[in-house]
Amino acid sequence: MTIPTPYIGTSIKRLEDRRLLTGAGRYIDDVKLPDMAVMAIYRSPYAHARINGIDLAAAKAIPGVIDAFCAADIETDLPAIPLRLAPFDGFERFLQRPIARDKVRYVGEPVAVVIAPDRYTAEDALDLIEVDFEPMTAVTTVDQAAAGETLVHEDAGENMGTSYRVGRGDADRAFTEAPYTRRERFTTNRHSAVPMETRGLIAEFDPDRPLLRLHGATKVNFFNRRHLAAAFGLPEDAVELIETDVGGGFGARGELYPEDYLVPIASRRVQRPVKWIEDRRENLTATNHSRDIVCDLEVASTEDGRILAMRATVQGDMGAYIRTNGGVVASKAAQFLPGPYRVPSFSCEVQFLITNKTPVGTFRGPGRFEANFCRERMLDMVAADLKIDPAELRFRNLMEPAELPYRIGELVPGDVNATFDRGNYSSAFKRLLDQVGYADWKDRQGEIVNRRAYGLGIACFIESSAAGPPETARIIVSADGSIEIRTGASSVGQGTETGLAQICADYLETDINLIAVLHGSTTLVPTGGGTFHSRNTVMAGNAVRMAAETLRSQCIELAALRWNTDSAGLAYQNGAVHRRDDPGTKLSIAELAIFAESRDGEELASDAAFDNEGKLSYSYGAHAALVAIDVATGVIEVEKYVLTEEIGRALNPAMVQGQAVGGLVQGLGGTLLDHMVYDDDGQLLTGSFADYLLPTSTELPDITAIALEQSPSEFNPMGFKGAGEGGIVAVAAAVGNAVVHALKDHNVQINDLPITPDRLRAALRAAGA
Amino acid sequence: MKPPKFDYFAPDSVERALALIAEHGDHARFLAGGQSLVPMMNFRVATPSALIDLNGIADLRGIRIDDEHRLHIGAMTRTREIEMDAQIARANPLLHAAVPNIAHMQIRNRGTIGGSLAHADPAAELPAIVLVCGAAIQIVGPGGRRSVGAMDFFEGIFETALRDGEIISEIVFPTWPAARSWAFDEISRREGDFAMVGIAAWFDLDASGKISASGLAAIGAGDTPLRLSSGEQILIGRSPGADVFARAAEAAATDLQPASDIHASAEYRREVGEVLVQRCLQTAWERSS
Ligand SMILES: Cc1cc2nc3c(=O)[nH]c(=O)nc-3n(C[C@H](O)[C@H](O)[C@H](O)COP(=O)(O)OP(=O)(O)OC[C@H]3O[C@@H](n4cnc5c(N)ncnc54)[C@H](O)[C@@H]3O)c2cc1C
Repeated sequence: MTIPTPYIGTSIKRLEDRRLLTGAGRYIDDVKLPDMAVMAIYRSPYAHARINGIDLAAAKAIPGVIDAFCAADIETDLPAIPLRLAPFDGFERFLQRPIARDKVRYVGEPVAVVIAPDRYTAEDALDLIEVDFEPMTAVTTVDQAAAGETLVHEDAGENMGTSYRVGRGDADRAFTEAPYTRRERFTTNRHSAVPMETRGLIAEFDPDRPLLRLHGATKVNFFNRRHLAAAFGLPEDAVELIETDVGGGFGARGELYPEDYLVPIASRRVQRPVKWIEDRRENLTATNHSRDIVCDLEVASTEDGRILAMRATVQGDMGAYIRTNGGVVASKAAQFLPGPYRVPSFSCEVQFLITNKTPVGTFRGPGRFEANFCRERMLDMVAADLKIDPAELRFRNLMEPAELPYRIGELVPGDVNATFDRGNYSSAFKRLLDQVGYADWKDRQGEIVNRRAYGLGIACFIESSAAGPPETARIIVSADGSIEIRTGASSVGQGTETGLAQICADYLETDINLIAVLHGSTTLVPTGGGTFHSRNTVMAGNAVRMAAETLRSQCIELAALRWNTDSAGLAYQNGAVHRRDDPGTKLSIAELAIFAESRDGEELASDAAFDNEGKLSYSYGAHAALVAIDVATGVIEVEKYVLTEEIGRALNPAMVQGQAVGGLVQGLGGTLLDHMVYDDDGQLLTGSFADYLLPTSTELPDITAIALEQSPSEFNPMGFKGAGEGGIVAVAAAVGNAVVHALKDHNVQINDLPITPDRLRAALRAAGA
Repeated sequence: MKPPKFDYFAPDSVERALALIAEHGDHARFLAGGQSLVPMMNFRVATPSALIDLNGIADLRGIRIDDEHRLHIGAMTRTREIEMDAQIARANPLLHAAVPNIAHMQIRNRGTIGGSLAHADPAAELPAIVLVCGAAIQIVGPGGRRSVGAMDFFEGIFETALRDGEIISEIVFPTWPAARSWAFDEISRREGDFAMVGIAAWFDLDASGKISASGLAAIGAGDTPLRLSSGEQILIGRSPGADVFARAAEAAATDLQPASDIHASAEYRREVGEVLVQRCLQTAWERSS
């Protein structure tokens, strides 16, 4: 079947934008239910302390306060927050309960809850809660955690969440025999996703019905429903997770957090809807942090820069508990260390260390961003040592199309089949070099113009997408001809509604304006996979395609019934079924919906689930950053940024561009600004936007993001690969390399993030500049 | 991030405002643009029992140049008004150049010069400009009117010579010689952030082309905005030039008293403060010659 695709591949304007830009969006704080109360959380002011007593009397006595509770009041409701991903053995000792009982382990951990008619009263009550804390030594570094003198979880007997070794080939032997080796320590800064809209939840808990309805859910609603149902002893169908508009997820929003339990508990206690909106101060300590790894990396190569082996130790600072994302960050950092290069032997020790900080979870490009920084910085060092041009060094090592697909080996325990699919890494890299005019730049590194030193940095990346369970879609046609798509996938602001409508409009050959997309909520479809790992277009997109194809056949069958004829003589075209022998005689999908309705109230609807059977598509490409550094002040400006990313096929090029630019800007934040800074007592020093710095519109370079469509995925018929994370993955690497090139006369190295004026000046001072 | 309950009053005259503060005592605060006070209230760092809003007092607002070419700016004048005012560009180009470095336009639309001086953040721009220009701060209070020179106004981090119940009414900048050389520069993490360190500089020349008077001030380099008199002294009596500027910058750096925080070390602030002094002097000189 060939159908015209006027929508797929075109940059139609996002269907959701009119609503969102005119203030007609419905975010969680816009949801107001009758008789709704609000909830506020007393959070630990200490990083590590024993709780000797909690006195809620004064808080409860404030006029208006409806209720207040702490762990002692809800003994039976303290399930552990489950592990969803990378659930390595040993982690079960470090799971978090929704509220602290005997001990607090990070600043921001929930200790008590107040329910009041409004947030003002609730915060007044929080001020009167008295907790008898007995402060303990805080564990704030991976080294301190590994030493184990202070235990964050005494019962576990150690601060090592787990550790393992992975690899392929014989790295030790390669290192003994290699003519050239280098070893470096790299660190990536703890930072966080920080979506514009903070988290928020409203629970309606009616134990008699029973019904638990939770508004504000997103990302992985069906997984979360299962666990919430189990936690509260409810059948799954008594739990409804409702998704509203979401102002950004980036991996952090929509995981199960303590509040996903506390808000329902609050609602059940007071028998009315309870709302909790995370304020920004809470957001910076309560929502998952990410990225915090230390990586000791060694590389062995031939004299002409051909990599023989890599060896590494990756230590992830997990914070105080292992939350839903398990070991994703450090395990993916280890798995992606060799990257798109031919690395015959690889060996990596991975350690997950528990500290007194906010727990860690995924953030756009989890582990990839970190691995990429370490490896690509190292490759530039190797190139300098061996006097090979950094681009040439990469060409010598990038895997060639003939070497693909490539089974990378079991680089994450249990992930035995991981395979890089087909592609042409060198070609995407070459496209980048052409675009930035690399040949001209080679000799201009370090050039000073207007007292600023210029440097161009490059980095290659590879990035996986579309893991996880099948995704679902249901398409329903109404009597008025409107079409509704329902999917288990979530929309977190990335344009899912538009993308799915584009596919549906093409496959049903209709006007896109007839289509509405409902997403995420567990009430829409019986099951769903959710939104992570750049998977929506691949998974939900293909589910919509399948549902549309089924619907076309159903339409033909219905028309055959209506006309009492053989379906072989009928064809579907332009949103209608017509007779092949008399194309003028048609039944539109609206007429067919009416006909279906007339037959025992049948719906004209079809369901589909798309399963890629765990076969991941890998997007890949390269980044280049041009930086200018004021040597005397250490001020860094990224002037120009170019990236190429092979994504198989662009569903909506403008949205793909938006993903690349958004990812890149977020990456610039992680490289230059975003940093969760803790002091030795485990106090977070960056607890507001005055100190936690996000990139703003004034920090944007001139950006060129080129999406390549030369290597469609083999694992889904539409050829999509994920396009949500390639923009962020290589930013720290490209900028770090650019800075080093700019300052080449001073031999400054960048091994630690973020790169700040203060740190640069310290390095330059040490170098006598 | 919600404040506790407070009373709110909106007087329309200075007299009413003074009466209200006398009545509500220690825990009442004046409200100007609210860009510093309201965030502190939301964090419950400041918990005033009453706010006495100065926004309705027309007398406190406005820009005027008197017969002796002194610039008068009412305390409740918005930072953005100073930025957009054409006569200020002539009457005090240094002030005019510094103002766009304050926060973001939205904040400048609300924040006031009086609020900035009363708040006295050591990294704020306006206190340093007032200081380096030798402006006078006009104050009214229960004891009547008084004038405090900028040198005596800033006493510590968020601490000033304002006494309980006093209102800043106006800031008076001395006459700005048309030939004065000047420059302002600062380094911040992002555009609109408080400076890690910043410098304001000016100098005048005598008939022989030697520097006859000078002003150097730093922000972000001590508990208050600092006048860098060691640097100023080097300049006096000398002809402008790169060597002199370098020596002045080196001397000025000895007056800096920076501390470390998460954005920059004391060492960074001292080192870059020196760089900025030198650059400002050079820029000032290049611009005027
Ligand atoms: C995101 C952000 C970034 C910022 N960045 C900068 C920056 O880069 N540089 C900078 O200088 N500032 C910055 N600010 C602060 C801003 O300039 C403030 O507006 C200013 O410091 C205070 O002025 P205000 O009118 O808002 O005072 P308010 O916040 O209303 O008041 C501040 C204090 O002054 C007192 N007060 C106000 N007016 C008077 C008066 N006339 N007499 C006596 N007491 C008075 C108040 O009682 C209060 O204690 C920033 C603010 C924000 C929110």
